Amino acid sequence: MRFPAHLLGLAAASLLALSGCGKEAPPPPQAAAPAEAPAKPAVTVRIGHVAPLTGPQAHLGKDNENGARLAIEEANAKKLEIGGALVTFELLGEDDQADPKQGTTVAQKLIDDKANGVIGHLNSGTTIPASKLYAEAGIPQVSPSATNPKYTQQGFKTAFRVMANDEQQGKVLGGYATHQLGAKNIAIVDDRTAYGQGVADEFEKAAVAGGARIVAREFTTDKATDFAAILTRIKSKKPDLIMYGGMDAQAGPMAQQLKKLGIRTKMIFADGGCTTEFHKLAGDASEGHYCSLPGVPLEKMPGGQAFKEKYAKRFNVDIQLYAPYSYDAANVMIDAMQRAGSVEPAKYLEALPKTAFDGVTARITFDEKGDVKDGAITLYEAKDGKWQALETIGGAPAPGGATGGTPAAEAGAAPTPAAAAAEEKK
Amino acid sequence: MDTFIQQIINGLVLGSIYALVALGYTLVYGILGLINFAHGEVVMIGALSALTVIKLLAGSGLPGIAVVAIGVLVAVPLCMALGYGIERVAYRPLRQAPRLAPLITAIGMSIVLQQLAMIFWGRNYHSFPPILPETGREIGDAYISDLQIAILLLAAAIMAGLMLLINRTRLGRAMRATAENPQIAGLMGVNINAIISATFLIGSALAAVAGVMVSANYSIAHYQMGFILGLKAFTAAVLGGIGNVPGAMLGGLLLGLIESLGAGYIGDLTGGFLGSHYQDVFAFFVLILVLVFRPSGLMGEKVAERA
Repeated sequence: MRFPAHLLGLAAASLLALSGCGKEAPPPPQAAAPAEAPAKPAVTVRIGHVAPLTGPQAHLGKDNENGARLAIEEANAKKLEIGGALVTFELLGEDDQADPKQGTTVAQKLIDDKANGVIGHLNSGTTIPASKLYAEAGIPQVSPSATNPKYTQQGFKTAFRVMANDEQQGKVLGGYATHQLGAKNIAIVDDRTAYGQGVADEFEKAAVAGGARIVAREFTTDKATDFAAILTRIKSKKPDLIMYGGMDAQAGPMAQQLKKLGIRTKMIFADGGCTTEFHKLAGDASEGHYCSLPGVPLEKMPGGQAFKEKYAKRFNVDIQLYAPYSYDAANVMIDAMQRAGSVEPAKYLEALPKTAFDGVTARITFDEKGDVKDGAITLYEAKDGKWQALETIGGAPAPGGATGGTPAAEAGAAPTPAAAAAEEKK
Repeated sequence: MDTFIQQIINGLVLGSIYALVALGYTLVYGILGLINFAHGEVVMIGALSALTVIKLLAGSGLPGIAVVAIGVLVAVPLCMALGYGIERVAYRPLRQAPRLAPLITAIGMSIVLQQLAMIFWGRNYHSFPPILPETGREIGDAYISDLQIAILLLAAAIMAGLMLLINRTRLGRAMRATAENPQIAGLMGVNINAIISATFLIGSALAAVAGVMVSANYSIAHYQMGFILGLKAFTAAVLGGIGNVPGAMLGGLLLGLIESLGAGYIGDLTGGFLGSHYQDVFAFFVLILVLVFRPSGLMGEKVAERA
């Protein structure tokens, strides 16, 4: 029953690859389509999208690409005019295999293809080295999901992101672990990627500041499936919480192996593990673990429900994780082009920092570094095979009053112990 | 102490899976002098095809063990056919070619199989349905699940059976003869092609079983799972002496134990200076040490000309 969806996705991907290849060489990037354009010149705008489409994170990568694709298809359907010309957007979907080396290779390819802008990459480890190339080429880059703080700290004018970074997330997680969950002895595992290590380091700082002791610091990789050895070691240290910095493909099996080893300690992890896939992989061992996601829950996003339905209708699969963010990232870029009245990177780059866009995820505005302002972070607990939102910390008030009385935006609450939210702990 | 016992159990389970996969490498190397880099992919296809069957039958009301057994029974012939096909397509036409050529086709085969699996099974992770009983035993404070006991026993039984096959049957004798010198064995009336095919069939059957074990034990299967597993198993085969069947078993178990104990104790031994991310470094360091002192592996014999 799953096959049609996958085949569909694959067919789409291969079509894309074909069309990408076909168009690579001949036409200059702004070739006029002569067909039925009486007066208005037509312009093709190439928007690059980079994420791992093969390898252990391929499911997340495809999800990101789908989000951006949806935004671009909608923009095309609207027949936008920018600077007096009818624009058609074209998505150049590239695969970086979550590998920093491959990331720079495809970044160079997009630059050579004269992409007008880039959505991506998915991982911090690939986004950071690629951002240097985009900056040198003057191509604006909006990452939907790279959360390592370093990405926007390099001083590149072209680097933006629409998601709260690890510093904010690690801080919130660490504060939550020590204050709300009352953890005193914490074990930390990370997967040695820029993302996993980054969020684990920030968590450690915040947890230590909150009075916890780090009893073990263990490591794995983003390709591992066997964690018995490190978990056994952690078991001997008797922590009351285990923090994992990494992705769902490891967090899920790790939860299972915890259970198999008879360890009842719960895990807490950041957005990489906060997926529906986690429940699938962890099975009945998923209960009671915690995670955080930048932004507010999909149901509580201003346009969450509508987006979910649109997405399911178009791609015939459920949203994995970051699709709403890549959708917003693409829309932010298109919005900047419209406001600037130009699709030239140099021109609309001026308009990007002044973004104030009501996206699916939130109202998106950027600070001076290119980070999304007031990024909200929501904590979840696994219950009955689903992530249930516990509370949202920080974040701008959602626009349009779409939250309707839910506690989504307990706005302004700093990551300090909110006295109110202390009931569901044990 | 309990932690130590637990690490030994972890290592043995991991090691016996490595050993089963390593046998596939070593059998083929012993006979053809070829490293079948597509072997890890056979493991992956075994795991995913068994999982497909198991998922189909999971709701049928059959007992979990029977469902898994049916999954294995489907995966084994499928992988045997696959192994046979790989040999016919990628290796047999190149048997007289320079050594590098079949090595390249092996890597090519591995990539092709991975992509085919990605098309067929998709990019997502597949989880193993919770149909096996989750009972287990406590040894002190250490814990071993019945599934892990079953993996250990089954792996031991298969290896014992393989040793019998190689040392006590006509087929085994023909395999040993072919390994020693294919031309002479051919002159003595051994059908070389049939023996080589049989070797691939046996290796692939072991791979299928190992694939199911991995996916059952770690509850996860993915089209790329074969790569790292294959690499580790290949390392195990080299550690034990590639081409040597008991060597592959010993190498597999040792590698599993080294990884497990390495991850568990490096941190304590070095006062926190090195952590569990040095687990692979540690494993390969042991491999280098062994190869320095015993270049043909722990149990490898010095064979003139070949190997």
